[in-house]
Amino acid sequence: MGELKGFLKYERQEVGHRPVEERIHDFNEIDLPLTPDAIRKQAARCMDCGIPFCHGAGCPVSNSIPDMNESVYKGQWEQACRILHETNNFPEVTGRICPAPCETACTLAVSDHPVLIRHIEYQIVEQGFQEGWIKPLPAARKTGKRVAVVGSGPAGLAAAQQLARAGHSVVVFERDERVGGMLRYGIPDFKLGKHILDRRLEQLRAEGVEFQTGVEVGKDISAHYLRKMFDGICLTMGARQPRDIAVPGRELGNILFAMDYLTAQNKLCAAEALGDIPRITARDKVVVVLGGGDTGSDCVGTARRQRARKICQLEILPKPPESRPEDTPWPMWPRMMRTSSSHEEGCERRWSVQTKAFGGHRNGSVNELHACEVEWTNVNGSWKLAELPGTEFTLQADLVLLALGFVHVVHEGLVKDLGLQLDAKGNVIADDYQASEPWVFAAGDTISGASLVVRAINSGREAAAAMDRWLRQGLPTR
Amino acid sequence: MRDQGLYETKYEHDACGIGAVVNIAGTQDHSILEYGKQILINLSHRGAAGSDETTGDGAGILFQIPHEYFLAECEGLGLALPEPFGYGVGMVLGPRDAELRGRCEQFLEESLDYYGLKPLGWRDVPVSSECLGKLARAAEPVIRQIFVVGLPEGDAASAPLRGARNEGRERGHDTLATQEFERRLFLARKRAERFVSEKLGEKAEDFYIASLSCRTICYKGMFMAWQLFAYYPDLADERVRSALAIVHQRYSTNTFPNWRLAQPFRCIAHNGEINTLSGNRNHMRAREPEMASPVFGDDIRDVFPVLVPGGSDSACFDNAMELLVRSGRSLPHAMMMMIPEAFGAKYHISTDKRAFYEYHSSIMEPWDGPAAMVFTDGRLIGGVLDRNGLRPCRYLVTTDGLAIIGSEAGVVEFPPEKIRVKGRLRPGRMFLVDTAEGRIISDNEIKSKIVRQKPYRRWLDENRIELRGLFDAPKLVQSDPLTIARRMRAFGYTREELRMILTPMGINGQEPVGSMGNDAPLAVLSERPKLLFNYFKQLFAQVTNPAIDPLREGLVMSLMSFTGKKGNLLDETPQHCRQLKLPHPILTNEDMERLRSVRRGDFRVVTVPALFEVNALSGGDGLRRGLDTLIAATEQAIREGASLVILSDRDVSATHAPIPSLLAIAAVHHAMLNKGLRHEAGLIVESGEPREVMHFCLLCGYGANGINPYMAFESLDQLKQQGELAAEMEPVQIADNYIAAVKKGILKTMSKMGISTLRSYCGAQLFEAIGLDREVVETYFTGTSSRIRGIGLEQIAIETLERHRSAFQTRLAAAMDLDFGGEYHFRHSGERHLWNPTTVAKLQHAVRSNDPACYAAYAKAINDQAKSLCTLRGLFEFTHAEPVPLDEVEPASEIVKRFCTGAMSHGSISKEAHECLAVAMNRLGGMSNTGEGGEDPKRYQPEPNGDSKNCAIKQIASARFGVTIHYLANAKELQIKIAQGAKPGEGGQLPGHKVSAEIAELRHSTPGVTLISPPPHHDIYSIEDLAQLIYDLKAGNPGVRVSVKLVAEVGVGTVAAGVAKGNADEVLISGHDGGTGASPLSSIKHAGCPWELGLAETQQVLVMNGLRDRIRVQADGQMRTGRDIVIAALLGAERFGFGTAALVTFGCTLRRTCHEGACAFGSATQDPELRKRFAGKPEHLQRFLYFVAEEARQIMAELGFRTIEEMVGRSDRLRMHKALSHWKAKGLDFSAVFHRPDVSDGRAIRCVVPQADRLADHMDWEILKQAEGAIERTEPMRIQMRIRNVNRTVGAILSNRIVRKYGPKGLPDGTLEVVLEGSAGQSFGAFLAPGVTLRLIGDSNDYLGKSLSGGRIVVQTPLNSPFMAHENIIAGNTLLYGGTRGEVFINGMAGERFAVRNSGVTAVVEGVGDHCCEYMTGGTIVVLGQTGCNFAAGMSGGLAYVLDEMQLLDTLCNLDMVELETVWQEADKALLYELIERHLEWTGSERAKYVLKAWPDMVGRFVKVIPIDYRKALERMRAVEQRDTETTPATEEVFHG
Repeated sequence: MGELKGFLKYERQEVGHRPVEERIHDFNEIDLPLTPDAIRKQAARCMDCGIPFCHGAGCPVSNSIPDMNESVYKGQWEQACRILHETNNFPEVTGRICPAPCETACTLAVSDHPVLIRHIEYQIVEQGFQEGWIKPLPAARKTGKRVAVVGSGPAGLAAAQQLARAGHSVVVFERDERVGGMLRYGIPDFKLGKHILDRRLEQLRAEGVEFQTGVEVGKDISAHYLRKMFDGICLTMGARQPRDIAVPGRELGNILFAMDYLTAQNKLCAAEALGDIPRITARDKVVVVLGGGDTGSDCVGTARRQRARKICQLEILPKPPESRPEDTPWPMWPRMMRTSSSHEEGCERRWSVQTKAFGGHRNGSVNELHACEVEWTNVNGSWKLAELPGTEFTLQADLVLLALGFVHVVHEGLVKDLGLQLDAKGNVIADDYQASEPWVFAAGDTISGASLVVRAINSGREAAAAMDRWLRQGLPTR
Repeated sequence: MRDQGLYETKYEHDACGIGAVVNIAGTQDHSILEYGKQILINLSHRGAAGSDETTGDGAGILFQIPHEYFLAECEGLGLALPEPFGYGVGMVLGPRDAELRGRCEQFLEESLDYYGLKPLGWRDVPVSSECLGKLARAAEPVIRQIFVVGLPEGDAASAPLRGARNEGRERGHDTLATQEFERRLFLARKRAERFVSEKLGEKAEDFYIASLSCRTICYKGMFMAWQLFAYYPDLADERVRSALAIVHQRYSTNTFPNWRLAQPFRCIAHNGEINTLSGNRNHMRAREPEMASPVFGDDIRDVFPVLVPGGSDSACFDNAMELLVRSGRSLPHAMMMMIPEAFGAKYHISTDKRAFYEYHSSIMEPWDGPAAMVFTDGRLIGGVLDRNGLRPCRYLVTTDGLAIIGSEAGVVEFPPEKIRVKGRLRPGRMFLVDTAEGRIISDNEIKSKIVRQKPYRRWLDENRIELRGLFDAPKLVQSDPLTIARRMRAFGYTREELRMILTPMGINGQEPVGSMGNDAPLAVLSERPKLLFNYFKQLFAQVTNPAIDPLREGLVMSLMSFTGKKGNLLDETPQHCRQLKLPHPILTNEDMERLRSVRRGDFRVVTVPALFEVNALSGGDGLRRGLDTLIAATEQAIREGASLVILSDRDVSATHAPIPSLLAIAAVHHAMLNKGLRHEAGLIVESGEPREVMHFCLLCGYGANGINPYMAFESLDQLKQQGELAAEMEPVQIADNYIAAVKKGILKTMSKMGISTLRSYCGAQLFEAIGLDREVVETYFTGTSSRIRGIGLEQIAIETLERHRSAFQTRLAAAMDLDFGGEYHFRHSGERHLWNPTTVAKLQHAVRSNDPACYAAYAKAINDQAKSLCTLRGLFEFTHAEPVPLDEVEPASEIVKRFCTGAMSHGSISKEAHECLAVAMNRLGGMSNTGEGGEDPKRYQPEPNGDSKNCAIKQIASARFGVTIHYLANAKELQIKIAQGAKPGEGGQLPGHKVSAEIAELRHSTPGVTLISPPPHHDIYSIEDLAQLIYDLKAGNPGVRVSVKLVAEVGVGTVAAGVAKGNADEVLISGHDGGTGASPLSSIKHAGCPWELGLAETQQVLVMNGLRDRIRVQADGQMRTGRDIVIAALLGAERFGFGTAALVTFGCTLRRTCHEGACAFGSATQDPELRKRFAGKPEHLQRFLYFVAEEARQIMAELGFRTIEEMVGRSDRLRMHKALSHWKAKGLDFSAVFHRPDVSDGRAIRCVVPQADRLADHMDWEILKQAEGAIERTEPMRIQMRIRNVNRTVGAILSNRIVRKYGPKGLPDGTLEVVLEGSAGQSFGAFLAPGVTLRLIGDSNDYLGKSLSGGRIVVQTPLNSPFMAHENIIAGNTLLYGGTRGEVFINGMAGERFAVRNSGVTAVVEGVGDHCCEYMTGGTIVVLGQTGCNFAAGMSGGLAYVLDEMQLLDTLCNLDMVELETVWQEADKALLYELIERHLEWTGSERAKYVLKAWPDMVGRFVKVIPIDYRKALERMRAVEQRDTETTPATEEVFHG
């Protein structure tokens, strides 16, 4: 435990950000880490609960949060770093971009402000890299089994690392030129600098993970090939099929999927070739982001840095309450109003808005958006939407970014080739991470649909464990 | 009655009243028997009756053979008796079947013949059976006397009287010839007993020889006191004369007719309980191979088994005693061996005596437990009290030369002028009369003679081996840092243990404390590999014997022991103490090196490996082979002369796994016992496994003489290196702290059973197994209860191998070296908990939003344990019957009336939470419970909105906080808390900084002053004491219901039966997993058993005894759902308690820091800031209980029950879950749990009648009649009456009447004075209200002024008494217990524990026994004479002034919490003078006169005793007053001070 009544003594101190005026001119990370002394006080607020809801109900990877806090409070950073890495392969990622369901589940959050868990995690792992405590941990003994991991997003990387540490020979296939998937191309640099990722990939390579990039399985190599070359494969291609909007004018130019837009900027930042992604900047444009989620918010921040003239974000759902509503009581993740750092940088937000149509220039690109307001009513437990007559309005829109989420894994190619069964939502069906073909395992968004990075990491870890058990059948015990 | 269901006969208890009467000069007279009769009849209230209310539990009398009478009687039968002592008489109880009886009698005659004795003939003892109760009559034996003579002198040559010189014609009592005669009678009796049991078996179990002696005879049976004399006309015959007699009145916990268990036995009558019996039994068996005595020769085989199988504790004690005496030790010597007094450093005793006791501790362990014994061999008669002195024993000597010893004063009435001495037996002391010498022999004289009869001190000095100094200098044992993690895993170490157990032990030298109950699965239900230790649960004392306070009364306790080769019990030689003396059983790694390096001819140490091969085909077989090898190796070592054998698992490796250390020691211990080798060598366990207190207790309990926990030391060392322990601490200091913590923990565990010395704890097996297969238990843990079976060697091996594998196989990189564990705090990867994020959140959502669906999800998560078992009931399922429509089931509004909330004190929880519970329960018509912290009288008034904050149940706990007559009068139910699920048998402590003004007011104490709850109720040391307290409470509020809270453990059913016989209206069976505000973790985890077992056993035993009809049963302990309460009802519960769940509805999330007072939800805290956060509402709890009731209704409908009542006791509707596949749980067998006793006679299986009203003949009714004017109209009045010891609890009903009419202020002072002459019964003036003065002229028994509530008690020595008042005992033990206000003046000495836990009474007394002012928190005590030891132990408040003429008080005082100073301040002087003056005024005390006459001189001899805390608190309060800041309450200062 931190201090017995630390939570009465110290208040939660939020992580600072670089001033808006400064940060919108670059793509560098915006967080201003707390000082060690301040961190210790934050850790002192932890109550070391008999039932740590942060760990038991909040954190998808089940980080042993009270133990980390205690070690930090005692100044035992190396111990904290070990505890953290026992459950989380990439805390430097979650420490930056996780929405921190642990904090909303923190017992202090019932009547007070939760412990600053995510930032403590951030500090632990950064200290770990700085002090050189994070070293490659290669398996002591190899099993002689070969496995392929398809896709190098958080689930794939976590699975690969765990499998390699278990002694298997792991090859990761990545369609893109560089490793990282969503982490590299989906998340803007101002939230997650890509050197952070490279630093970790060094460790994976040293542990024996082999990466083959620019290889699209199902296209460049066949499922049949994998079957021949590997004892098993793990599919972690994410849920890349974006949700679209079918309204008049959708075919107009400058209406992009958010992921393409973000990828382009990430590649630009990294001086990578764009390939077949269109290079479109928001500079001096009026940008409308459809979708009020995190991806939408990333688009806002990116557009701001591209010097958009004006940014507007539209959400079809009603504006959430300012505080935790009754229908999502503690320790659940509350459906409530959240303002991201990108929003602070300037953006108009509207809720209960339904897009009706896009209007365009003669040159074929979009220039306006027609929408109306909607009303949500609860009918027998399910929410129904109705347009409010007379609320139609039109917005100027030079660039429309569709951040409407993803539907499921891409079916074309590998999934079809492998002949895998899919569930009603289009996700790959897996029982204990094993797909309908026994030698095929799957994890992350591929089986669950799009979700949090931290869930992907957990899924990758668990899939690796399941696969390890399967691979070890018939092997002598360690 | 035999074992059936969960009932086991070995857990029967009894207690009683005892007495002895003797004509000191040895003159025989029939009046002695008459006195015996009077004693018995006047102690009737200490005995009990069976379910028919007319069958007594047993009574008897042992006296000298009435020669004249027998002479005459035998003449009539044609038998010619020789001179006295020339013949023996046997009192033989035989089976009613004449043929069978004939065979038994034949065996006896043949046995006599074998020993050269000649049966003269038989006499049918006349009896009048009609006086018997129904049950007794059903079991009535045929009672006959046999007369036996020795062979004529001439034949002596063929059978020489061994050891006897011919004493000529002298035929006296104590000649060598009569000794030999007694010895032969003894041998013949033992031989006959053995033959009968061997040849005839169970059918002849009614055959019993009550006595066979040439000196004494015993008449006894299943009687109430009066029936003894009615049944045996012999006893009334004037010709029956004796100079001495001992009598006994029994109170047993059962109603099964058994004549042989009545006392006295052949030489003793016992009041109390020998807790260490199973250890004593094993030790005695172990000694048998070594036993030899020239007086027995080869015939010694007839003595075996020394202890009769199936005998009660007292019977076994008598067996052992008889053996020691018959083999040549004197009666007092044998007593001193078996019940040694404490001889620790704090006692003023001679070095010779200390040496005597130490020497004998190398031969025999104490028979430990509360004991008042009276004993006689026909010439000597005496009484002795054990070291704790927990049983009352008073004596008086008359001017006519009569001495009377009895459990109470006043059992025989004498005019005051005829009483020469009144006294009490003091702890460890003996009172002895030698009728041959015609004098009383003082304790000092007897003992100093015995302790010098051999040069014990020299023998010890020359032979005893001590660990330090004798051997080579210590070498440090290096730990191997590279393998430490691996080895820790092999022994199952977790990070949680290191952090929560070992670290605090290493830093603080204390066992860690936790809070809330245990909600993790039993070991047998866990999926994780559990250490074998976890399959055992500690037993603890409740009701039938008291726990000891190991902190405040630690001076009586000892961890010292001798180990090595034990000598012949029947002999004494210097070689007997050639053993290793261990100050405590924990050996450091260096100690082991020293031991191993011993090179001595007569002391050899051998190490045998306790390991088994991993690659064996089957785990179970491998383990069995390992055990066999271990046993064989140990046997060989012992046969080759080893004095110490070390069972070591140090060599654990990839190929060899450790045998669980507990299994290793238990297996070896029992194997050596069976081979007769156990006493040939000591056994030392060297293991990496033990680390927490429970482990050490188990190892000792199953036979380890010493333990080296090497991994624990290495782990501490590692923690130190990792910086987990304070940097400035030296490794040696850490190890010392750890050992200190273990020692304290062992003492605590022993003390819970009321055991004082490790010597008698060792091998006593005071545990029950839960989840172990019977074969394992019978083979390796012989004698332990394991009632639901469970895992066998196979699974034990699997668990061990799993740990071993996880240690020796490669681990995934990035995994921590050790697992977290999650045994105490929830972790995802750790142990399961029933309270987890899902269940807590769902329950809270359900009650907040009143959402039945959400409750259903919660209940499902709890109830559906098919896959993840947590509780025994999780494995039950219902057998279905024709359902009934839901609307025919009684409504939820009726069911909730059966619900109670658990006893949580205002103090452990906040005012807000406490009141919220009360309001909710009062709205529902259920009952909330005050807990032990008292209650604000303001709450007795209803709220404006109609709510009531008055708790229906008011608890009476050991500290009696807040217990006043007003409190009692405002209760619907009074609950006596005997034990608490989380820490049965332990006390508690509320540190001063938590005692706010509010708490202090409720508890009648001072803010900022620590409050201690003692482990036992100091007025319940025995079952008849409980009956007395129940009587007191009923007198304090006539018509109130009294419940008794017990904790489930094996044997709880028998205790419950005793409770039912004690007139309680309800018994509450708490599960081991109940919550707590603070308790040592080992107690939360390891003491007590699940309520399923305790409740089922209680139901079964109550029904078997026919007692279920008169007592209600409640169950509690982690009740969470409707299914839980349905199961509880089916197992026998009529009411149901909720604790933790209630708090969870108020917002508790099980942070488990209640003990720190830092509850973030404002429940378990007194911090005003945190209390603001309390967000609970009565509605939350109401909703929850309604949900529970509705869920229960649905199950009831499915099962076809319309009411709860119909379900009670219907365990036939339960069965074990059929589809159970859990690898451990599938071995469980619940048939004993579901067993239903035979009820074909139509007896009730639930409560149908109220308890008998025992207040009808209470003296207060008469006082009330006479004092009407005073009570109704406050007219001053004085009334006079006579009083006897059977008039108990005088003043309580009167006080109730007064506070009902006038409130707590009572009557104006001086309104009513009641003058009583004679001996007052127990609890005189209990709860006495203001305005009443009880003036007693005579003397009084125990518990005078209990919870005194403002009245005045004066006890005066009668004017015509010839003795010096201040040197005589005028009042008993445990006076003013829990008194809150009032005055007491005692013109004489009082016994032990004067003013215990007094919090406001002012008293003057002229002398006291041990432990005066113990736990006192307030009030003023003046002692004008001598004090015993341990004065002011645990005294945190109040003042005492002691006239210390010998200037010894500093040595007698327990200085842990108090300071001593002279009385020099004027205020002190004035107060003291005034009090003594008042004492003089009220009592006319000579002592007071003497002191006041020479006041300037005398005042300097007074010592003032003031608690350190209290002084500071007073100073702070004074400072605050002076500052005159009315806005700041004083406690704020204290609180933050």
